[in-house]
Amino acid sequence: MKKEDLPQDPSALVGVTRDLCYVKDANGKYTTDLSIGWDVKKQALDNAWNDINERINEAALQVKYGKMSPVFYFMEKKLMDLTLLSGYTGFWKLTIKRHFKPSVFKSLSDTKLTAYAKAFDISAEELKNFNG
Amino acid sequence: MDKLILPYKHLQTAHCENGVGAGLLRHHGLNFMTEPLMFGLGSGIFYIHIPILMVNGGPAISYRSMPGWIFSRASKLLDVKVNRRKFSSEKEATDYLNKQIGLGNPVGCQVGVYNLPYFPPEYRFHFNAHNLVVYGKENGNYLISDPVMETATTLTEEELLKVRFAKGPLAPKGQVYYPENVKPVSKEQIQKAIYKSIHRSAFDMLNIPGAICGVDGIKYTAKQIRNWREKLGPRKAGLYLGQIVRMQEEIGTGGGGFRFLYAAFLEQASNYINNEELLKISDEFTKAGDLWRASAVNMGRIYKGRLNEQKDFEESANMLDEISEIERAAFKALRKIKA
Repeated sequence: MKKEDLPQDPSALVGVTRDLCYVKDANGKYTTDLSIGWDVKKQALDNAWNDINERINEAALQVKYGKMSPVFYFMEKKLMDLTLLSGYTGFWKLTIKRHFKPSVFKSLSDTKLTAYAKAFDISAEELKNFNG
Repeated sequence: MDKLILPYKHLQTAHCENGVGAGLLRHHGLNFMTEPLMFGLGSGIFYIHIPILMVNGGPAISYRSMPGWIFSRASKLLDVKVNRRKFSSEKEATDYLNKQIGLGNPVGCQVGVYNLPYFPPEYRFHFNAHNLVVYGKENGNYLISDPVMETATTLTEEELLKVRFAKGPLAPKGQVYYPENVKPVSKEQIQKAIYKSIHRSAFDMLNIPGAICGVDGIKYTAKQIRNWREKLGPRKAGLYLGQIVRMQEEIGTGGGGFRFLYAAFLEQASNYINNEELLKISDEFTKAGDLWRASAVNMGRIYKGRLNEQKDFEESANMLDEISEIERAAFKALRKIKA
């Protein structure tokens, strides 16, 4: 890639940092230059976020209709999966799956609720009271 | 320890591990060290497409070798010992870090990016193999040199602890590392390291058995792409292509899935070993990088929804096949480079 071809399309990086890229200068030697973004990858990232947000909205609906517990919603909201949530809480994956059931969730001890709240970086109240 | 600022020079690089490694070695007097040299000597260039495994709901593809390997391999070739420590206790991890800074050692830290406050929110995923340098403490905050940032930054004690103890795949477990007893490196040592590292990269890309690594891995991805539209439907297939582009072009790659970075390494290496052939091979990697970028543009048209026919997927796949052949020839040429 030639230096003059390095894209400068505004992206989420603006105001935070710029992306260092390896480009060829006028003499055909490698040098570095900074880019504020490239539409092609911005669109890929935007699409990924649209997909994530759809999943989060879907999870909220499932909580609202009593199909899933808030644990499931916040797992999606914090971009986690069972492996990650298990890592943060120390609970087995199967245990967490059980806690996805609203009926089981209602009877969770304060200790367990606090462990989830800590993993999600929210208060136990917020976790308990989320209703979609 | 209220105020302690070590004379570490912030170094912005494309890739975090190169940046921390090169920055630390330069701090210890190895001023010849550059990001391309670190990447090349560490045999960072790679390709792997792991079947079945999913990352963020998409294919698991990497354009570089395992996290941690670049710095380890490069240091070993230069006869530099790297001290690495992981911890089970947060307190121990904090004490150890403070102690090293107190001893005048800037240290590399492995961290998760999900809770890195200075990263743009759109970039914060649960990715745990990010690297930064801690080089001091001031007003209760740690002084941080994060290679992807333009300038140095800071983290509170709590923030640093949180990212050092991120959980999940590749959990950092508070890992810190720093080079020890760094001795001057001679030109002969660098030359020897160059030969060894390019042969290792050639081996990694050409000779690892199985069809998912190296130049064969690129073809494997091409084959998958041809099936995605039928198998997953246009929307999901588009998301998968987006994931490829993100892994390939996202911040930290230097563009073109690290291929430009490797071309820059070969250019620098040709000076060290006085070998014009390496310049020609460098041009081949530039060509490969340009084609990777062109394939990203093509995939972009698909996931932007402008094109979404089977023939558009075929076209992307064909480009990957072409890249695979260019890289195969280039690595075969590298294999033949002899002292």
